[in-house]
Amino acid sequence: MAETRYVRAVNRALVDAMKADPSVILLGEDIANAGGSFKATRDLLQEFGPERVYDTPIAEAAITGMAIGAALSGLRPVAEIMFMDFITLSMDMLVNQAAKARYMFGGQGSVPMVLRTPHGGSLSGGPQHSQCLEAWFAHVPGLKVVVPATVEDAYGLLRAAINDPDPVIVVENKALYAMKGDLPDNPATPLIGEAAVRREGADVTLVTYGAMLWTSLKAAEAAAGDGGSVEVIDLRSIQPWDEEAVLRSLQKTHRLMIVHEAVEAFGVGAEIAARMADIGFDELDAPIIRVAAPFSPVPFSPALEGEWRPSEPKILAAISRLMA
Amino acid sequence: MSNGNAPVEELKNIYRRAVVIREAEKTLQQLFVDGKVPGFLHLTIGQEAVASAVSEFLTPGDTVSSNHRGHGHTLAKGVDLTPFFAEILGRATGLCGGRGGSMHVADLNLGMLGANGIVGAGVPITTGSALALKLRGQGEIAVVYFGDGAVAEGLMHECLNIAKLWSLPVLFCCENNGWSEFSPTENQLAVKLADLAGAFSIDYREADGNDIADMHEAVAEVIGRMRRECIPYVLECHTTRVRGHFEGDKQDYRPEGQVDELSKRDPLTIARQRLADFGVAGEWVDATDAEVRAANDAALEAALAAPLPDPATLLVDVYTPKDTCHG
Repeated sequence: MAETRYVRAVNRALVDAMKADPSVILLGEDIANAGGSFKATRDLLQEFGPERVYDTPIAEAAITGMAIGAALSGLRPVAEIMFMDFITLSMDMLVNQAAKARYMFGGQGSVPMVLRTPHGGSLSGGPQHSQCLEAWFAHVPGLKVVVPATVEDAYGLLRAAINDPDPVIVVENKALYAMKGDLPDNPATPLIGEAAVRREGADVTLVTYGAMLWTSLKAAEAAAGDGGSVEVIDLRSIQPWDEEAVLRSLQKTHRLMIVHEAVEAFGVGAEIAARMADIGFDELDAPIIRVAAPFSPVPFSPALEGEWRPSEPKILAAISRLMA
Repeated sequence: MSNGNAPVEELKNIYRRAVVIREAEKTLQQLFVDGKVPGFLHLTIGQEAVASAVSEFLTPGDTVSSNHRGHGHTLAKGVDLTPFFAEILGRATGLCGGRGGSMHVADLNLGMLGANGIVGAGVPITTGSALALKLRGQGEIAVVYFGDGAVAEGLMHECLNIAKLWSLPVLFCCENNGWSEFSPTENQLAVKLADLAGAFSIDYREADGNDIADMHEAVAEVIGRMRRECIPYVLECHTTRVRGHFEGDKQDYRPEGQVDELSKRDPLTIARQRLADFGVAGEWVDATDAEVRAANDAALEAALAAPLPDPATLLVDVYTPKDTCHG
């Protein structure tokens, strides 16, 4: 067990995957020589050489499409898109090609590619360097989407994604890259689609993922001081998502809230709320509440961005409302 | 027009492939009229010689990807006719189990990475495939077939750049039929493909895409160099789309008489002439035509007898089943 930063856990997962499987290659802008915009791929060019680690031109659609073609031809490419906002340029390749190849070719093959990309605000990245667009991909049959919140998951979910035969989008979080946490010497590889209960509680089920796990845990701690017992579930994977784990918790607490940094409208929380309102209807003692970003672009100024992001006070207020 | 020194047997193979494609396309044209083909159908009649010639120089390890007008590329790569017809008819025994249809015929075992419904989308997939083939180091190449309309897509430019930068064995094979769907390409593109290739310092060659002898000579040189030098190449094949963008297209946007004019350049007519020039007997041509037609009819009969997909399989293969997972 060693204390490691989140970004180093990503790096170690790449190293271990590349050592374990010579078909794993890396593609992305500035990932080789410069070691990546957030240094997730630092030293990998030196360790594995230019035939495994590629600095690509600034051409996100081509990076993604090449990953698909390489995956269909025997490699396991891991592509990096520097900011999740730039994934808009890759949409055809992800939505019409990677997601559909297995199904539309009648199961002849799979597309074992991974696309790593960071989302999230808090760095004053502004409207085009801060968005959380994961719900778009969760909406597309054929794609998987994981969002590691802990150092151990930054390693484990990336290994699981690289091992997975289907295209997986690994959404990292810029605000978490510098975070320290424990990484076991032999970390387990989690199953994609399995949530984790990060704090047990009896009164409220709080479902979240990504960096909002930490804000939610603080809010749960604060609520405990007021006598509220909040169970915090880290989804870890939003496509597929662990419906059973959420329902199991709801059967205990009878109150449900969802917290995410992405815009609330038509988001991951909407899907969870709709499913639980259906299969968990008899368990509910209160309306399902979402705490998420308002319906606006992510603003630049720290004064505005701070207001835009879901915060501990907003989550606490929602817990109080749910307990009332 | 140079005939080069094309070995007769190779020209005969190319001719046979072109006839296979023509017979299949004529069959589908009629099935469409009869209401038996669901969805959209883009026929490649008039363009058969291109893929027929390219495939003469492909090995099983080479990969190919295609576009919405992809039947010829698929059949030329060696895909079996029965599952091909079955796919386009939406049957369970189709190449893709009836999930893809005409625009998504694929045979991954043969390195046919799929036709594609998005113009230009095969280009990056092929470029990535070429990277994998280059790393494998066995001299294999990846071919992408696209039309002149696709040259306007941004990904074409991104991938020409990368293919040159990384010296990837991608054959950018343009079937230039002059039409970007319903619009003349001269109104769509400010650049000639030759100049675009030149801008990226990629080797370029053009050929008469309706003449099997000219295609044979061009492809032999282009693919030979690609295998020796591991380089990308742009091959522009001037050809003719004599059908509409898709079947049912009235083509009222075409200049009057253009289709009749283009039909004079029919690749099969030209091919028969070339074979005669090389001393191939008319009997061989007639026998080949009859043989191909019989195989076509048998494949069609089998495909028409095939069952429709079971609705219970609707959700199968959205993801890879767990028991086949790696690692």
